[in-house]
Amino acid sequence: MRIRVGHLYPDYLNIYADRGNLAVFARRAALRGHELVVHPVDRGDPLDPSAHDLLYIGGGQDREQALIAPDLASKTEALQAAHARGVALLAVCGGYQLLGRGYRGRDGSLMPGAALFPHETVAGDVRMIGDVLLECELEPGSPRQLAGFENHAGRTLLDEGAVALGRVVHGFGNDGASGFEGTRLGNALGTYLHGPLLPRNPWLADWLLERALAHAGGTEPPTLPPLPDELETQAFRVSAERARRRGGRL
Amino acid sequence: MALRLALETSAARALGGLSRVARRGGGTTIPGKALWKLDPGAVDQLAARLPHGIAVMSATNGKTTTTAMAAEILGGNHRLAWNRAGANLLSGIASALVVSRKADLGLFEVDEGALPEAMARLRPRIVTLGNLFRDQLDRYGELEIVAERWRGAIAELPEDTMLVVNADDPVVADLADGRNAALRFGLDDPTHARPSLQHAADSKYCLRCGTAYDFAAAYVGHLGDYVCPNCGHRRPPLDVAARGIELRGLQASRFELTTPQGPVELELALPGLYNVYNATAAASLALAVGASLVDVRDGLARFSAAFGRFERIRSGGKSVVLLLIKNPAGANEVVRTLETGVPPVLVVALNDAIADGQDVSWIWDVDFEPLLDRVGLVIAAGDRAAELGLRMEYGGLPTGRLEVIPSLERALDRGLSLVEAGTELVVLPTYTAMLALRGILTDRGAVRPYWEGGS
Repeated sequence: MRIRVGHLYPDYLNIYADRGNLAVFARRAALRGHELVVHPVDRGDPLDPSAHDLLYIGGGQDREQALIAPDLASKTEALQAAHARGVALLAVCGGYQLLGRGYRGRDGSLMPGAALFPHETVAGDVRMIGDVLLECELEPGSPRQLAGFENHAGRTLLDEGAVALGRVVHGFGNDGASGFEGTRLGNALGTYLHGPLLPRNPWLADWLLERALAHAGGTEPPTLPPLPDELETQAFRVSAERARRRGGRL
Repeated sequence: MALRLALETSAARALGGLSRVARRGGGTTIPGKALWKLDPGAVDQLAARLPHGIAVMSATNGKTTTTAMAAEILGGNHRLAWNRAGANLLSGIASALVVSRKADLGLFEVDEGALPEAMARLRPRIVTLGNLFRDQLDRYGELEIVAERWRGAIAELPEDTMLVVNADDPVVADLADGRNAALRFGLDDPTHARPSLQHAADSKYCLRCGTAYDFAAAYVGHLGDYVCPNCGHRRPPLDVAARGIELRGLQASRFELTTPQGPVELELALPGLYNVYNATAAASLALAVGASLVDVRDGLARFSAAFGRFERIRSGGKSVVLLLIKNPAGANEVVRTLETGVPPVLVVALNDAIADGQDVSWIWDVDFEPLLDRVGLVIAAGDRAAELGLRMEYGGLPTGRLEVIPSLERALDRGLSLVEAGTELVVLPTYTAMLALRGILTDRGAVRPYWEGGS
């Protein structure tokens, strides 16, 4: 099947090797006989809620994020409509922040975001940098782990009742205090974890691909056949060990 | 005060000697760390005693090579205090000042983060700034944070401090905007421009208005001849320009340099356009100090390689070529240099200590792809070998052409066993992997320890 990916602002938001995540989607889809087609969605481009099965938005430097923020904020309705249709979404770092209500600077001003995710981010004094290990339970009864790297000054505060992507085992997470990381809203996931995230956490790539396939085919999410993933497992182990040894320290 | 300074420096020197005797590394920063602890202000005083003053050099990429090239040009006419082994924090500079008692000129590469304090303490008469690329985001933060700190520190410099800047980098060129004492260098040879900006290009939006720059030529990353189609902000005119560049694979390059003193033909025993940038920066720095064009030409012709940067080391009838990689922009240029003659076996070694960057995501921003369908075998090595293997595999390297060997020594020996006698093994290590590989080759007697100076 053909999986249509909308990559938001690829020229602006690409600082933490976001193309690694896309390479993982493409290869893992191809190994199961599916084709991934990636369309850039740039400043000024309309976002058609039905044109994509999977949306991806990465992180950028402050300057680039400020350049695209107004455009992203103008896409709120389209993003909500896509989300309501069951389109899968992964937002990393800056993209995760900007899909919330916005980023509040130290002077109190708010850079508005797309308000898809129920959170707000406030500027902090110290950057939270280091390896992270999370425990997630996207499917009830099947806990999984995610290993990555975080580097953010913003503290993301989830609204009452909002669901986190995972619980922090080692590292800082959303705000360095709550013990939670990222957010999950149906098939949309937001996280600070880069590294990039998916090469060493292939189960999450497959989870998103299954939801994208469901949207593409108008079916329930299929179960993708497993891949050997030996190197992936090795890379995960080293990364998780790093988080145990040095994550979450200022 | 003078007596106290003399006692402190002699105590510090003795410590450096002891460290070398004990074989605890080169001791290149031990005297400086000691002095730094005893009396940080002593660094300012030692710096102020140099009769010909101090030139400092900073950049994301090319600090060590550029400074070593400048040392080769200036060494004939000056006794240098120079941090040759790349110890580029204040403690390393303090060490070079301590051990170079009779120096008349200071020449220091400076870590990007340490530059503001180094300028305040050393009061350099020449500041050379090469480029700013995204680099070890976990350590330095975003490029704009470094640029902002540089901006603030440069505003504090006296008016007569000479700024030698790379005009091809919009952010760096802007640091000298409006200054009279400035020398602007760059490349002027569109035949070597890339067809398009690379994936990981930084600083591609106009500093003044945010519109994407038009590049008449993009040479290395975002370095090139830029103009904003909206507000007209453009590359300033070049005082020193490299033209007629001829690259000869992994061996050498030659080019013409036009300067305020006239043109000069240069030969360089180093490959790659990035080394043309380094040589142009070094020549500009040396001209600002007062070197002649003959000094520039002869110095660059003599130059072989800086520590671990394109170093060829003989090992049992074969050679090992070490090409340091540390960030996307630098690694992309190494890949580009290898494209002209893709080696049959390539060892890439990725460590993730603080000096390498603990965040290894940058390997995904390197365009390894041009090598992957032509290389016979990639050996992924180092502490993050598995991660690197994934990068190669997801980049399209067929599984049968990948070996993942975390141990650096085993990876090196595996690589050496596969290349034919009389040929060379190409190794792309990150910083601490480079140190470790050099250590292995040192123990085998193939290379002199770095504190004795090799090149």
